[in-house]
Amino acid sequence: MTTIKTLADLRRIKEELQSKIKLRENSNHPEQLTQIKVGMATCGIASGAKETMKYFLEELEQQAIDAVVTQTGCMGFCYAEPTVEVILPNREPVVFGFVDKAKAQEIIDVYIKKGKLVDGVMPITFKTIDD
Amino acid sequence: MTDYRMQILICGGTGCKASESNEIKKKLNYFLSEFDLDDEVEVVLTGCFGFCEKGPVVKVVPDNTFYTQVKPSDAEDIVKEHIIKGRPVKRLLYRNPKNDYEVTSAANIDFYKKQIRIALRNCGFINPENIEEYIARDGYLALGKCLTEHTPEEVITEIKESGLRGRGGGGFPTGLKWEITRKSEADQKYVVCNADEGDPGAFMDRSILEGDPHSVIEAMAICGYCIGADKGLVYIRAEYPLAIERLKIAIAQAREYGLLGNDIMGTGFNFDIELRYGAGAFVCGEETALIHSMEGLRGEPTFKPPFPSVSGYMGKPTNVNNVETFANIPVIINKGANWFNKIGTEKSKGTKVFALAGKINNVGLIEVPMGTTLREVIYDIGGGIKNGKAFKSVQTGGPSGGCLTKDFLDTPIDYDNLIAAGSMMGSGGMIVMDEDDCMVSIAKFYLEFTLEESCGKCTPCRIGNKRLHEILDKITQGNGAEEDIDRLKLLSNVIKDTSLCGLGQSSPNPVLSTIANFENEYLAHVHEGKCPAGQCKALLKYEIIEDLCTGCTLCFRNCPVGAITGERRQPHFIDQSICIKCGVCFEKCKFNAITLT
Repeated sequence: MTTIKTLADLRRIKEELQSKIKLRENSNHPEQLTQIKVGMATCGIASGAKETMKYFLEELEQQAIDAVVTQTGCMGFCYAEPTVEVILPNREPVVFGFVDKAKAQEIIDVYIKKGKLVDGVMPITFKTIDD
Repeated sequence: MTDYRMQILICGGTGCKASESNEIKKKLNYFLSEFDLDDEVEVVLTGCFGFCEKGPVVKVVPDNTFYTQVKPSDAEDIVKEHIIKGRPVKRLLYRNPKNDYEVTSAANIDFYKKQIRIALRNCGFINPENIEEYIARDGYLALGKCLTEHTPEEVITEIKESGLRGRGGGGFPTGLKWEITRKSEADQKYVVCNADEGDPGAFMDRSILEGDPHSVIEAMAICGYCIGADKGLVYIRAEYPLAIERLKIAIAQAREYGLLGNDIMGTGFNFDIELRYGAGAFVCGEETALIHSMEGLRGEPTFKPPFPSVSGYMGKPTNVNNVETFANIPVIINKGANWFNKIGTEKSKGTKVFALAGKINNVGLIEVPMGTTLREVIYDIGGGIKNGKAFKSVQTGGPSGGCLTKDFLDTPIDYDNLIAAGSMMGSGGMIVMDEDDCMVSIAKFYLEFTLEESCGKCTPCRIGNKRLHEILDKITQGNGAEEDIDRLKLLSNVIKDTSLCGLGQSSPNPVLSTIANFENEYLAHVHEGKCPAGQCKALLKYEIIEDLCTGCTLCFRNCPVGAITGERRQPHFIDQSICIKCGVCFEKCKFNAITLT
């Protein structure tokens, strides 16, 4: 654990963290990981995001698929909760809506393992501050 | 792993499904397999694109071609022309309404620029419980820059130039507030974050705290640096357990990293944050009441001046800002005031987060530039009204706001326009109502809320709102008279003029705005004893049309209170004195023999 003592410290840590994330996203190494982000704000949790996240963790573990499952905040699609973003190596992030256990199973079997999209993709309709 | 050359995305939202998007998918798959392309091109049904006005929408990637109003019969052309020959089907392309040019790439469609995420930049993107992800997204960089490269005055000037105004509803210029608090002299000052989000149906602040708590912590530290405070307090309602949990984790992580505490980044600046829990009283969103509640006193507002900037928490100068206001600060510092003030309208800069709720397809959290019209928000982003019903009204500003009609749909949203329209920005709740909503009942609903939430200090608010509610109740029971409408107006204005705080001053707004915009509905209730939306049960009357009734006895057998009588194969009758207006007979009748008036 690092303590940030100066602005230079912060910038250095930022560079490190950024390259870590970039490496995760862009590298061509075979060991690169699939990332799964589950929307875990109140709206998501109320619609069962906890079960969805648990299911992803268990199922990926059981099938020995190397993937990082993390949580994130509200993506804004409260009508389609639980929402899950899946980033496959070298692919654009894809957000799925209404992900219950059955959908999670389908995402793992069809999208994560075979790279074939499944129904229920949420289109991103906003600009970010980086655009 | 299969690698597809192309993907065809079809909108599977409610609106587009109703216009046969399932059929389009079937047809596309059929033609793809016909040409042996089904392992090269995949067809996917997606969630709502939000562009329901032009639905069904079909998008082809990777070339990002955007087709609108596609019919199942167009599937053949899309496959034969676009997929096989690589030529977009021109007649299906979206045309820019301004110049009628075809737009080929989805990126060039104005619609996709309607949302800009500034306050929500990290929501749904980073893990809120991991400070490293926030730092990787320029987190705490703004704080670092302020502490080492700028004087507090420079930072305040930057905020002033950005044109940022308070997002809690009042719209007071944030930079000015900071300046006033800075100029107040005292041995101790405080930064307070108002996270007492109380409007029914609003969840902007909660989502920011749940999705990006560090942005608020960072901004509070920046504020502390500017006004000369080393202590920050977040006043958050106890009914937001997840937001509290995430804030606690974030504060602990920031302390660990030395981003809160003493001598932050070696600059000698000290700042730390504590949480204060509210019990969920609406009035505690008012800053003086909020401060009293934090001090352990009753959550009652007191007279201003003195403003909290001069004498606030524990009698010390206190700067109170809302969660969303704070979430904008780091971006303004990092991107500059001149980047920020190019977004929005002349007097309202930047973006506003809205919680879309009610009878709308895409219930959710959106962030649009100031100046976006209500129509764009409701129809384009919100995907229109549920179940194809007609739009009736949109309520902004929560219980203090007003109900706007379709005449205001093209009003650009900003602080001043909404006030001019008889409503207000409020904290950003937006509740959409359709033709089935009775406006008198809506006014009554909001009044019930303010009745419960009034702290009771001022007589006009405590008793006046009760009387308003009684009159409204009388009208919905069918016992109202035309004078009651005048009485409502008179009483509303008295309450507005004579209450101390914002709660009382704005509590009659739903009544006044519904009378102003939907007077016909009030008149229908008092003159004809009818509720046009069919919501006021006391005014409904179910009757059996003798000519159509076959005497099947279905209604008789289903009536829960035995209000229906009649012989088999003879017309039946409803005894109005027993009928409870449950509507079961109306639903059960197979011959449309029951009318509702």
